[in-house]
Amino acid sequence: MSGEEFVPLSLTPLLIGVFAAVACALPGNFLLLRRQALIGDAISHVVLPGIVVAFLISGAISAGPMMLGAAGAAVVAVVLIEAIRRLGRIEPGAAMGVVFTTMFAGGVLLLEQTDTSTVHLDVEHALYGNLESLIWLDAIGWSSLLDAEALSNLPVELPRMALTLVGVCLFIAVFWRALKISTFDEGFARTMGIRTNALGLGLVITAAVAAVAAFDAVGSIIVIAMFICPPAAARMMTNRLEAQIGWSVGFAVIAAVVGYVLAGYGPLWLGQQDAVSAAGMIATISGLILALAAVFGPCRSRAGAPAGV
Amino acid sequence: MLLDALLLQLGYNATLVAIGAALLGTAAGITGTFLFLRKRALVSDAVSHATLPGVCIAFLLMAALGGDGRNLAGLLLGSAVSAGAGLWCMNWLTRNTRLAEDAAIGAVLSVFFGFGVVLLTVIQTLGIGRQAGLEGFLLGSTAGMLYSDALVIALGGAATLFLVLLTRRPMTLVAFDPEYSAARGLPVSKIDMLMMGLVMAVTVVGLKIVGLILIVALLIIPPVTARFWTERSEHVVLLAGLFGGLAAYSGAAVSASAPNLPTGPIIVLMSFVFFALSLFFAPNRGVLAAFLRHMRFQRRVHLRQGLLALAQGQAIYEALTLRLLRRAGLVRADGVATERGRARAAKALRDERRWEVVRSDMAHEATAALYDGLRDIETVLTQDQIAEIDRRIGGPQEVPA
Amino acid sequence: MTVELASIEGQRPDGQEREQDLSKSPLSIRGLTVTYGEKPAVFSVDMTVQPGQMTAIIGPNGAGKSTMLKAALGIVPPVSGRVQVFGRPLEEQRARIAYVPQRASVDWDFPTRVIDVVLMGLYRELGLLSRIRGEHKARAQECLERVGMADFAERQIGQLSGGQQQRVFLARALAQGADLYLLDEPFAGVDAATEKAIISVLKSLRAAGKTVVVVHHDLATVAEYFDNVFLINTRRVAEGPVAEAFTEATLQAAYGGRLATTQVSQLAHKA
Repeated sequence: MSGEEFVPLSLTPLLIGVFAAVACALPGNFLLLRRQALIGDAISHVVLPGIVVAFLISGAISAGPMMLGAAGAAVVAVVLIEAIRRLGRIEPGAAMGVVFTTMFAGGVLLLEQTDTSTVHLDVEHALYGNLESLIWLDAIGWSSLLDAEALSNLPVELPRMALTLVGVCLFIAVFWRALKISTFDEGFARTMGIRTNALGLGLVITAAVAAVAAFDAVGSIIVIAMFICPPAAARMMTNRLEAQIGWSVGFAVIAAVVGYVLAGYGPLWLGQQDAVSAAGMIATISGLILALAAVFGPCRSRAGAPAGV
Repeated sequence: MLLDALLLQLGYNATLVAIGAALLGTAAGITGTFLFLRKRALVSDAVSHATLPGVCIAFLLMAALGGDGRNLAGLLLGSAVSAGAGLWCMNWLTRNTRLAEDAAIGAVLSVFFGFGVVLLTVIQTLGIGRQAGLEGFLLGSTAGMLYSDALVIALGGAATLFLVLLTRRPMTLVAFDPEYSAARGLPVSKIDMLMMGLVMAVTVVGLKIVGLILIVALLIIPPVTARFWTERSEHVVLLAGLFGGLAAYSGAAVSASAPNLPTGPIIVLMSFVFFALSLFFAPNRGVLAAFLRHMRFQRRVHLRQGLLALAQGQAIYEALTLRLLRRAGLVRADGVATERGRARAAKALRDERRWEVVRSDMAHEATAALYDGLRDIETVLTQDQIAEIDRRIGGPQEVPA
Repeated sequence: MTVELASIEGQRPDGQEREQDLSKSPLSIRGLTVTYGEKPAVFSVDMTVQPGQMTAIIGPNGAGKSTMLKAALGIVPPVSGRVQVFGRPLEEQRARIAYVPQRASVDWDFPTRVIDVVLMGLYRELGLLSRIRGEHKARAQECLERVGMADFAERQIGQLSGGQQQRVFLARALAQGADLYLLDEPFAGVDAATEKAIISVLKSLRAAGKTVVVVHHDLATVAEYFDNVFLINTRRVAEGPVAEAFTEATLQAAYGGRLATTQVSQLAHKA
């Protein structure tokens, strides 16, 4: 394919997809090991009420308030889950189920009650996103990458997602050692003076920020898939955390690229006219990768439970 | 209008849907209780999301065979098949790989749903008539429903409830104590499968009413709500059924009474209202009751420790202890014990000794188990027993300063 | 039968002397109460650990042994009580404490190697960002050698036996270079070789002037391994040198009817 076609139509969505996938997969590794994999699921559900409320307050579809609303909703959800879990002495899964279904239901109801006919805000969009539409109209080819004017018209989602990815990487890098220790052995981490509760909340907030930014660009379905599938597949490949992170990033990139290409061009190869959902396809590919890793991965089974336990 | 809806005055379809919803809600509450007691509540989330590809494939198949792609019974059959596939994947992942159940749930949920979304866009692009309200399965929509569809839902709800009632006894046993059940020769894995089958049935019947994203609420919220009110599992089952039925019935009725009130979300919000009320106001397990109890308990602990410290002439470091002692008139403002304080302290110390005797004597084993550092010994022993213990300890020894 | 009520009658110096006492003790606990729900696991317990000695915390199942240790370390929140480490608040003295948790408390399927686990013990020294250098690795390796696990450095931790895992935990504690070592049931479910290896490491720590506190469940080895015992059954039952505090009467008081009288008299140290 020529640069004239690829750069304006596919480069930016592809990059956004890759950044979103990696930004979610990175914290996903720790969530997975902490048995909090479904936090991503909960967060992506509550993003909807967040943006609806932001829309009602600000009266317009603009990125700033919507991101704020979504992030606020994610924090509210996490706090509520924790509160219900502790106050009601309810197991975390059930507490999560109560909170995210209720908040999602509230979001849908608000949306139905609001006149959104003039703006592009609906449940389907929230679920699938619209990766394909994030094109770079000003680009005319590879040379546009050096053209300041064309660059200034990049879809805003791209720099935003890139920035989020940098932020996520920074968090993981700075707290790497503390995260590793407290994920492995929380009691020991506390005796070392690590503030495990604050660190755990920081991790969830980082995940929420990644989810919100990714959600804005690609919809919630990718978010859930990327939190879980690449880290889970990476888990089957290695017994070292450092290597697991590497594998998960690789898998996330492959899923994003292959999924995007298949969604855009697969139907053409089959003689159909229109593309299918890129978000859905990326999630599907990540599932296939997980399936392959689960069947063939060298470290797919549990390390033997120690004798005497 | 609302009253009409609650009294089933809105026509055949609305009435059928409301009755179907009530039956379904009851069945979901009961089924969900078993899941909840097995600590597997979110399994239902994977099952429900896994229905989407099945719905789409069934639509495509029926359309390809020249039929009406929208036949509800056909779509529900498809959803059941793919939910079963999702369940199988999840079990396979947890059994054969190192993944924990939560990761398996999330993986199945997102991948099946993602694939379903791909199929939805395929259906859109194939241009087979209208997409025919398949999105209705996401969030549930009962508006403008065909009479035959309403009938399917009402019958499906009744059938599910019947099944649940039929199998509730072995399910309760397994949910409560799987090992004991296995030891008694119950086929635990088969009953677990049956439980999952019921979850699937609830999900499938609920797809059109509540939608696949929110059906999980019907399985989770009522049992959690019911748990606040009772410690007995059979009562949790009953209450969960009741809460689920009420929420679904009133939700369906409210939704039918006005436009722009989607059924699924209304039912979920109704359930949440019951939950929130229970969380705060339930006796015993409710937050309010627990908070009051904890405050009382903490005061007792501090008071007791303060008295023992007084009796043994130790300094008291904790501000709360001092404040409580002062307020009870047991110490003066300068921290010195009052007359009454000394008497109470001596009594506390003596009780502590009596407990020591009780706890080291096998004859008192049952009583000793009641020891919690706070209980007054008079409440567990007779005067004669106490006198006997005092005789062993000997007369009052060190009278505290 | 008259029972000596150590917890009540023990010598209670007045406030001032006690304060001095506290400043010398590696670990002193006053009025510690911890509850799970409404049921106290530990009630109003005082403990004063003697420096440079080995102390066993013993008591029947559910007597609050582990809970007391965890509360002393700030892992579980107490309802009331005061903990001092070398005469200072716990938070200031974290670097001087090493803790070996119960083996069952972690996910053994975690993606990490034996050497990585030992390196975790250097966290306070390394902080968040500084790189792990050769000297750190060498120190971790040396700690593994001391517990006889040097050949297993590259293994994933789940591939070890229970006893080997316990020794890795001990190596991690050694890497911390602490002055006070707290071990929670280190001998539970381990093989004889591991038990021997652990006890010899602990004795070498004592020889180096360190203080060791062990939650222990095997009454038969108390007199052989330890200098002091602390008997607990929700409340403190007795505390002191083995010869004085580990007697028929104190065991009877701690275990009540749970030990047969013959057993008790066999176990109790006859000094």
